[in-house]
Amino acid sequence: MTLAEQLLSGNRLALTRLLTQVENDTPEGRAALTELFPHTGKAHLIGVTGAPGTGKSSLVNQLALHFRRQDERRVAVVAVDPSSPFTGGAVLGDRVRMRDLAGDPGVFIRSMASRGSLGGLAQTTAGLVQVFDAAGFDIILVETVGAGQAEVEIARLAHTTLVIEAPGLGDDIQAIKAGILEIADILVVNKADRPGVENTLKALKSALELAHPVRHVFQHHGKLEVVEAADKPDYNSWIPPIRQTVATDGEGVSELADEIARHAQHLRESGDWTARDRSRLGSELDALLQETLLARFREQVPDVQYEKVLERVFQRELSPWEAVKMLLNGGAK
Amino acid sequence: MSERKTSPEQGDALPAPEPQAQVSPLKGRRIRVLVAKPGLDGHDRGAKVVARALRDAGMEVIYTGLRQTPEMVAEAALQEDVDVVGLSILSGAHMALVPRVLELLKANGQEQVKVFIGGIIPDEDLPRLKELGVAGIYGPGASTEDIIQQVKAATAV
Repeated sequence: MTLAEQLLSGNRLALTRLLTQVENDTPEGRAALTELFPHTGKAHLIGVTGAPGTGKSSLVNQLALHFRRQDERRVAVVAVDPSSPFTGGAVLGDRVRMRDLAGDPGVFIRSMASRGSLGGLAQTTAGLVQVFDAAGFDIILVETVGAGQAEVEIARLAHTTLVIEAPGLGDDIQAIKAGILEIADILVVNKADRPGVENTLKALKSALELAHPVRHVFQHHGKLEVVEAADKPDYNSWIPPIRQTVATDGEGVSELADEIARHAQHLRESGDWTARDRSRLGSELDALLQETLLARFREQVPDVQYEKVLERVFQRELSPWEAVKMLLNGGAK
Repeated sequence: MSERKTSPEQGDALPAPEPQAQVSPLKGRRIRVLVAKPGLDGHDRGAKVVARALRDAGMEVIYTGLRQTPEMVAEAALQEDVDVVGLSILSGAHMALVPRVLELLKANGQEQVKVFIGGIIPDEDLPRLKELGVAGIYGPGASTEDIIQQVKAATAV
């Protein structure tokens, strides 16, 4: 029996070994992903991202607990933490916040180091998610590294992306910048028991309303004024709700879980579920193509030739564009 | 408190293996280590220092935090598919906790996992722990360099 077959029959040792093979991108791992691929596409992938210290891990802990209590769906967690750019080592500390999940055979937590990837995930995170999907986990929570403004890869991977904010992390200028807030399907203001939560909520709300104009009714010089939304409201579009939570004691978590379920339903009804699946597989395909083409190129052009061209670039005899042309046309003569 | 400067293992430590050639320092297989504190003592300074040192040696260290049961340790070792489990115990309960962790690892099919212990371990317990299969035991004053070398040696393929 192959590891993949053992995994499909529910063997946890096979699952954990396969996760390692896939993470290390070994030939065995690739073969297993091929074998498992027909079994994927069933799980609800939920991404959790946000700045360091906003409470991503604690919230993942609470959400997983909630899903288990609510209807005993099997939950997998993939938690990514950064690798050192110098030694490649990493301390993966997300489990510390997830101790409530210990002892539940319906939960499986895997920590991952980012290994030099910059988008908030590791290069093989999508592969790990596929393994969990094939293994029959109903919900897969993917926690990114503490993300700043541009780590938006998670939105390509997940069906539902939660962006976690906390009070005191920035003013309304932060809220109108491009990047991480735009990818949110649900905005979560965690640590909602802290001072400053009103300001955070206000900044997020106004940022959202600019993106999704809504009908306003307000009092102006004593009479009611109505400002219609700029465009005709598109009832098919999803306006990200804002939820408040206190992850340390679970406050607001069940409402957040309801919102996640509502989003999943919206995706299914609007057809976005399949659209997202398609675009995710598309970007996976692109990434594999790039990698394979690069590997093929490296095979065809000997290192010496590459070094020679690089040296000419370094001497300012060639521009990088000319160098690429030369290398693709069979290398330096 | 004992003034033991080095681990009793140091004498028979294997020489460090040649580092394996890798395409990139950030790709490919890395040594994965679970650092756990089973039992009820709350002193995790040592565990954190070791975690940090192993990180700086290029390993991926999964830190679980305080007050773990042997069951929690073994389950985390399984889910994380680690090569090494490092247990930090200062409570004196090592003769109860360590055999149980080893037993559970074996029951899960992970008998290949190397177990290291750090903490306050009286000399008279050392032979029994080694007999059980503990790969290295470190007391106060042990050098992180020794720990790194021995973890590397124990996991060399």
